[in-house]
Amino acid sequence: MSDRAQISAAILGHIADFNKKDIALSDATSFVADLEWDSLTVMDFVAAVEDEFDIVISMNMQAEIENIGQLVDAVTTLVAAK
Amino acid sequence: MSDLFSKFDPIIDIRANLLATGVTDPFSLVMEKVLSPTEAICNGRETILLGTYNYMGMTFDADVIAAGKQALDDFGSGTTGSRVLNGTYAGHRAVEDALRQFYDCQHAMVFSTGYQANLGIISTIAGKGDYIILDIDSHASIWDGCAMGKAETVPFKHNDIEAMDKRLGRLPADAGKLVVLEGVYSMLGDIAPLKEMVAVAKKHGAMVLVDEAHSMGFIGEHGRGVAEAAGVIDDVDFIIGTFSKSVGTVGGFCVSNHPKFEVLRLVCRPYVFTASLPPSVVATAATSIRKLMHGSNKRAHLWENSKRLHAGLRELGFQLGTETPQSAIIAVIMPDLEPGAMMWEALLQEGLYVNLARPPATPAGMTLLRCSLCAEHSSEQVEEILRRFERAGKKVGII
Repeated sequence: MSDRAQISAAILGHIADFNKKDIALSDATSFVADLEWDSLTVMDFVAAVEDEFDIVISMNMQAEIENIGQLVDAVTTLVAAK
Repeated sequence: MSDLFSKFDPIIDIRANLLATGVTDPFSLVMEKVLSPTEAICNGRETILLGTYNYMGMTFDADVIAAGKQALDDFGSGTTGSRVLNGTYAGHRAVEDALRQFYDCQHAMVFSTGYQANLGIISTIAGKGDYIILDIDSHASIWDGCAMGKAETVPFKHNDIEAMDKRLGRLPADAGKLVVLEGVYSMLGDIAPLKEMVAVAKKHGAMVLVDEAHSMGFIGEHGRGVAEAAGVIDDVDFIIGTFSKSVGTVGGFCVSNHPKFEVLRLVCRPYVFTASLPPSVVATAATSIRKLMHGSNKRAHLWENSKRLHAGLRELGFQLGTETPQSAIIAVIMPDLEPGAMMWEALLQEGLYVNLARPPATPAGMTLLRCSLCAEHSSEQVEEILRRFERAGKKVGII
């Protein structure tokens, strides 16, 4: 598996913990529009992803991330930059 | 053509639905007459005030009022200018001197509101490429300061020392870092573990800013706040405070021992591009701050009130925001907005005013009835407050 595929699999695992409505997931799935997460859920999820990869995803970065694909890309970049 | 106001429709709907239940609008109360720091006339009824930030009851202090009247006579009603142009009068210097003495520190800078103090200091000192690490439950003025600046903003879970430590540890070692904390968090009235948090921040080479808006005057040996009580005030780089709570007027400030602090007067836009406080306001603030230095008896009574109200509400069966009384704020947790508004109205009919707080101001989507005590509440008033809570709670069916 490529780095991106491994990161994507790990992130999907964390999303499952918060995916109360069992929404089908793809790179285009939006956190707010599709998963309907509120800000508290977003915070807990971001903290879980940060701890998994030992990275920081700032609010500034989060503002640019709408869907799962964008999050996987951002995490891949952050992990590569470590 | 799209209406720019359509984005507010969800809020308009929530409000309309709430008012359709027949409750009084909790967000448009008018104080018709204010009798003292603890009593006012609302809807023609004498009402005990338990939802102000008048912690030390300074608003009707005779010396404070006399100083304000004298300043009106001597300096007029307003400055009509910025602090850096024609808006610095003797009174502005005098109130900054009073703050330096109160906090025993080198520098004090007064803003026109507390909101502007956080907005200005945070957005100015943390710039592009720097990092702000802050508690997720921070006040709106702190978040807005982050949004206005260009720094990377990294929140951590409320009061979670380990989450804060981990995030600081992941940041570039050589980047500028500002940790922003509050002494008392005003929604639940809980305090921050500043002893541990300030140590963690220093371990990672971060500067520390603590907002002590809700602790000034009664927490810590000299009333300097939670950082003083925790014994870490010397490791705090910036303290933000306000005149609109214990001091009893309006205005905000930052105090610091940073050797280059004074440059902020030239570069901090919310300080420069607004009119300075009116002479009467800075005169009342300076007088009040000097009196707060000697307020230990009032302080002790405020703590007695807080402990009694906390214990009494708990005995009545209300769910409270903290296990123990940690500040002058006692938050009563309501099941939802609608019963919260009904309880708020029932209390008002009993002649008791508290704050109804709801999201987004509150954490975790909670609806709260926030009670804030005053050093001028008599012990008898606190017992009367408990009786009114009992009657209202039974009427609404919350207890």
